[in-house]
Amino acid sequence: MKDQEFRNKVKRIYLGVTLFFGLLVMGAGALIYKLTDPSFLSFDEEKRTETYSKADNFDKIENGIHLATGFKDDVGLQTVIVSCTPCHSAKLVTQNRANKEGWISIIRWMQETQNLWDLGNNESVIVNYLAKNYAPEEKGRRDNLEDIEWYDLEK
Amino acid sequence: MKRRKFIRNTFFGTAASLISAEIVFSASMPKGYEPIALQNPDPYKLFDKDKEMTVLNDKPWNIEAKAHLLDDNITPNKYMFIRNNGLIPQDIDVDNWKLIIDGESVTSPKTYTLKELKSKFKNYTYQLTLECGGNGRSEFNPPAKGNQWTVGAVSCAEWTGIRLKDILEDVGIKDNAVYIGYHAADTHLSGDPEKEPISRGVPMYKAFQEETLLAFKMNGEDIPLAHGYPLRLVAGGWPASASGKWIKRISVRNKIHDGTKMKAPAYRVPCKPVAPGEKVKDEDMCIIESMPVKSLITYPKSGAMIDEGKILNIRGHAWAGELQVGAMEYSIDFGATWNSCKLENPVNRLAWQHFNASIEFPKKGYYEVWARATDNKGVSQPMILPGWNPKGYLNNACHRIAVKVK
Repeated sequence: MKDQEFRNKVKRIYLGVTLFFGLLVMGAGALIYKLTDPSFLSFDEEKRTETYSKADNFDKIENGIHLATGFKDDVGLQTVIVSCTPCHSAKLVTQNRANKEGWISIIRWMQETQNLWDLGNNESVIVNYLAKNYAPEEKGRRDNLEDIEWYDLEK
Repeated sequence: MKRRKFIRNTFFGTAASLISAEIVFSASMPKGYEPIALQNPDPYKLFDKDKEMTVLNDKPWNIEAKAHLLDDNITPNKYMFIRNNGLIPQDIDVDNWKLIIDGESVTSPKTYTLKELKSKFKNYTYQLTLECGGNGRSEFNPPAKGNQWTVGAVSCAEWTGIRLKDILEDVGIKDNAVYIGYHAADTHLSGDPEKEPISRGVPMYKAFQEETLLAFKMNGEDIPLAHGYPLRLVAGGWPASASGKWIKRISVRNKIHDGTKMKAPAYRVPCKPVAPGEKVKDEDMCIIESMPVKSLITYPKSGAMIDEGKILNIRGHAWAGELQVGAMEYSIDFGATWNSCKLENPVNRLAWQHFNASIEFPKKGYYEVWARATDNKGVSQPMILPGWNPKGYLNNACHRIAVKVK
């Protein structure tokens, strides 16, 4: 009986010591980490970097363009941001043009080869948004030169 | 932008659940773990690129030049396009960097350290033209998906390294070898460690060409990180995707390499010509090998205005994949008449060639100067878009600049 009590006591002390040292090590760890990176566990870190200040204005829209991503503002914008930008830049979307069928085939390709998940009901929202805002333009076999910036060559 | 916080939370969660300092600290963020984009969102500083370069994509990084930025005979880093399929590797440990040569068609696999590669084999230096297979994609109609390159996904830098054939001979290759495929240190956009962003290669005849290098220097210096530091395969004249960056392993295959982006439709075009927009089955798509003949006017920049009676001196570069450029012409009347340019021979095979011409204009007005190269088999650049293909590769239509005579 006494033996059992003794054992329990030892167990409790052992547990206490382990816990103590465990917390000590964690605290020291956090401290050392804090030394190497002062922003760690700081509560004002949100404002520290440019990236974060951008985050503060993440929803800002100007002239119909969602500034943080460059997407056009239209029905489905949020769904598109959430679905498209975890893996790749919004620029990869906005520089492309396709009709509904084309956008769907791009989504299928990403699902087959790039680990894109099943978009469920969001798929039609996304495809409608893309096909409306990033539709192909009829270009013919060669465009005119456009956006020429004229300058004097010898001045 | 929330990733930083997420990593920290994970770190703290891990610490709370494991009372073990070792594990906590081996898991604590190594400096390079943060995505490169968050460390320094300015790509120009990050990659030491000129401010006039165009960023097409920032995840993954894809950046191109403009025609007038490519005026140097040897392209400096600041004007060299960046094409990535995945994320640029971080924390490259050069001292422990190893190259493994393996595959079905080696007599037995062999591993080399970087030091061994540099010292054991003779070094060679070549100027080699690297052009993205999708350079010019933005002009195709109907449009093709992918980065919408205009004209600037091409470069000709000076590469120093060892011949791939020397190392393959040192390893020992079986008679049944068909293709080499590279494996690299970059990581997949989805973060899936099982996936390779790109693993392409070349057939044995290209692997055994004298100019096909395993390079460790670009323009006399360590290769910049974005261009493949510390070891890059360079197969000039072919789609630049064959010139794998951050090479860790080369497999000598007994069949056409089947790595990521080797299969249709990637870097393939229809085996037979198709109408614009036509659907093409995967089995009817053929791998691109040599890039086609092409040229760029790199001086002056488009939009030049000159006074009537003044002569306009133009210059630029021309290249023809595996072939040499045999003739170079310009036109100021939309192809009605053509005049010869002076054309230099290449410094070495697969280097681009330089041309120049002096142009007189008959009267005031708006002109376009069109440039047309012809390879030494007599094949010229088309003035309109070449054959449409589903992925928008191989646009070698003539380059042109706008000129006004006042």
